[in-house]
Amino acid sequence: MSSNPDLNSLAFRAALGRGLVSRRTAMLGMAGLGVAALSACGSAGRNQGSNGTATGGASAEDLSDSEKVVNWSNWPEYIDVDDDGNRPSIDAFAAATGIAVNYTEDYNDNDEFYAKVRPLLEAGQDTGRDVWCSTDWMVARLIRQGFVQELDYDNIPNGSNVVDSLSDVEFDPGRKFSLPWQSGFAGIAWNPASTGGKRIESIDQLLNDPAIKGRVTLLTEMRDTVGLILLELGKDITSFTAEDFDEALAVIQDAKDRGQLQGFTGNEYTQPLASGDIAACIAWTGDVVQLQFDNPDLGYALPPKGFTIWSDNFVIPNMAKHKKNAELLINHYYDPEVMAEVAAWVNYIPPVQGTTEALVALDPELAENELIVPTDEVLSRAQVFRGLTDAEESDFTARFQSIVVG
Amino acid sequence: MANMAVAVGGTPAPAARPTRRNWVPYALLLPGLLWLAVFYAAPMFTLGSQSLQEGNVYDGYVLTGNVGIYPEALSEYWPHLLRSLGYAASATIAGLVLAYPLAYYMAQKAGRWKNIMLILVIAPFFTSFLIRTLAWRIILSDGGVVSDIVHTTGLINLLDIMGLTQGGTLLNSKFAVMAGLTYNFLPFMILPLYAALERLDPRLMEAARDLYASGWETFRHVIFPLSLPGVVAGTLLTFIPATGDYINSRLLGNTQTVMIGQVIDSLFLRVLDFPKAAALSFILLVMIVTLVGIYVRRAGTEELV
Repeated sequence: MSSNPDLNSLAFRAALGRGLVSRRTAMLGMAGLGVAALSACGSAGRNQGSNGTATGGASAEDLSDSEKVVNWSNWPEYIDVDDDGNRPSIDAFAAATGIAVNYTEDYNDNDEFYAKVRPLLEAGQDTGRDVWCSTDWMVARLIRQGFVQELDYDNIPNGSNVVDSLSDVEFDPGRKFSLPWQSGFAGIAWNPASTGGKRIESIDQLLNDPAIKGRVTLLTEMRDTVGLILLELGKDITSFTAEDFDEALAVIQDAKDRGQLQGFTGNEYTQPLASGDIAACIAWTGDVVQLQFDNPDLGYALPPKGFTIWSDNFVIPNMAKHKKNAELLINHYYDPEVMAEVAAWVNYIPPVQGTTEALVALDPELAENELIVPTDEVLSRAQVFRGLTDAEESDFTARFQSIVVG
Repeated sequence: MANMAVAVGGTPAPAARPTRRNWVPYALLLPGLLWLAVFYAAPMFTLGSQSLQEGNVYDGYVLTGNVGIYPEALSEYWPHLLRSLGYAASATIAGLVLAYPLAYYMAQKAGRWKNIMLILVIAPFFTSFLIRTLAWRIILSDGGVVSDIVHTTGLINLLDIMGLTQGGTLLNSKFAVMAGLTYNFLPFMILPLYAALERLDPRLMEAARDLYASGWETFRHVIFPLSLPGVVAGTLLTFIPATGDYINSRLLGNTQTVMIGQVIDSLFLRVLDFPKAAALSFILLVMIVTLVGIYVRRAGTEELV
């Protein structure tokens, strides 16, 4: 390796490839070919009527009966795992039905995942996945664009176990296309070691308290961050206006300009919060319950003026090859006993009736945690960010992102 | 590009040529040209086309030749572009200062340790870029050793005064981003420098000494000029990828250190404003090509690169 006389020229060739010559040549070539090739591009969008008139997307031939397999994409650390690294609830499903589950944790971020599957869905191709779990607003978008298929409830008799509060939602009346997997709140978490023992319990304090200056993070998930701030401003997030949204953005911009914020994060706030590099942040319930096992001092507050509740939902994409198997899988998880096992591990709010009773039998202490089994009083303060139109979604996202990366 | 490749591949040597072997070099070029055509030129076209389209992801895009997107993107994001160039330049200079003595020692003085040192330089590549950057979060975090040292020595005050850190924290600062960039691209600086210095004939340095040159003069008039190809290659290999990097600023920076790569990532994946993202990518490309062009010309090594 050391005295290879060709290394020098190799380094230069690398420079050549990355640098001037190849690019210049390529650019000239492009200019030569001109605009003709450019105009061949362009893409068709597909919106099936913007006002909830979606009828469901294209389906492929269902191979469920011949291929005993189902491909499920889900968020990381979002299912029960035992000490041997097995997933008991999936194994139980496989044992009962003979259907093998290809469980992939490749859903890290709604936007990123959408960017990955959109070209395939738009081209009417199979995404290689039979079912995945998207957050409410992404489900709304998928339904609007006709990218997901209607569920066949004949295969999901347990579907009637869905909790009342989620059985009929704005973006999917009658739950034709989606069923919730887990729900959770967005609230405030803090590390007392880094706040000087102070409790950070309101959004106002989070954005203004000098004790945590420069050690505050907000979520890149617009609905949670802007939602909490709208609630702090006394707005109704189920019916806010564009002016209200602007007002909330101004609050974030102000906090940013004052140097109060360290940044905007996805799931990756957990480690720095535990270590104290983040003093306080907007956080999701399940994450914090999990972190509290290792560090019981971590604080979590549901802001007094209200907080957001979201769900991640099962959907079956167009052209899925094993739709029936996917539906049987959903049915499996709508058995309260099974859902209790999952809830005991992921620590989010299970959307299946009867899970609480099953959880009491499994782990009474967990069943008393109001972040997993919220009381009616807590639930009554939780709000869902209203659905956005295409135009609003583009406009709001662009303006929120311009603060995130501004 | 595609046309070129086809033309080159499809045209055997003209009959007038004296030997039949003339087409061989062109045939050897063919795989590379095809590769470039499919994975470089074609995506470039798509990107170029995309930057001139209007519409949105829901209703589709139409090519309207909207060149106004370029000044618009530039006026909106010039601070990010400048910041990226600044950070990349800092990381390049810091990298050069750190790498040169090391490369010189490895090439000329290390003797039998040479191989081991080279392996150590390359060893970080055995883990992923992302893991290495995340490790910096731990290294620089509050209460860590590095943080303690800069606090007890008072270095942190200097960094604060220079505006590289704020409020006494190392992590999530300009300093952290620059340090991360420097670290991540350091091997790309060391290796070309090593290669250039390794070829240096020790007799030239002896001759300089014989002619009463001081150590500095030897470096200034003999060693450095002869290593210039390595310097140019190393700085290019560091500066170009560092400018477009978005991992370091995202993981180690704060809301004031956002680099252009992060903006493009956000526009492509979150805002879904493909035209503006594509336009920004082209602006970045043109800026880098221009700067590198000027640099190479000034460095007087045009015939080498």
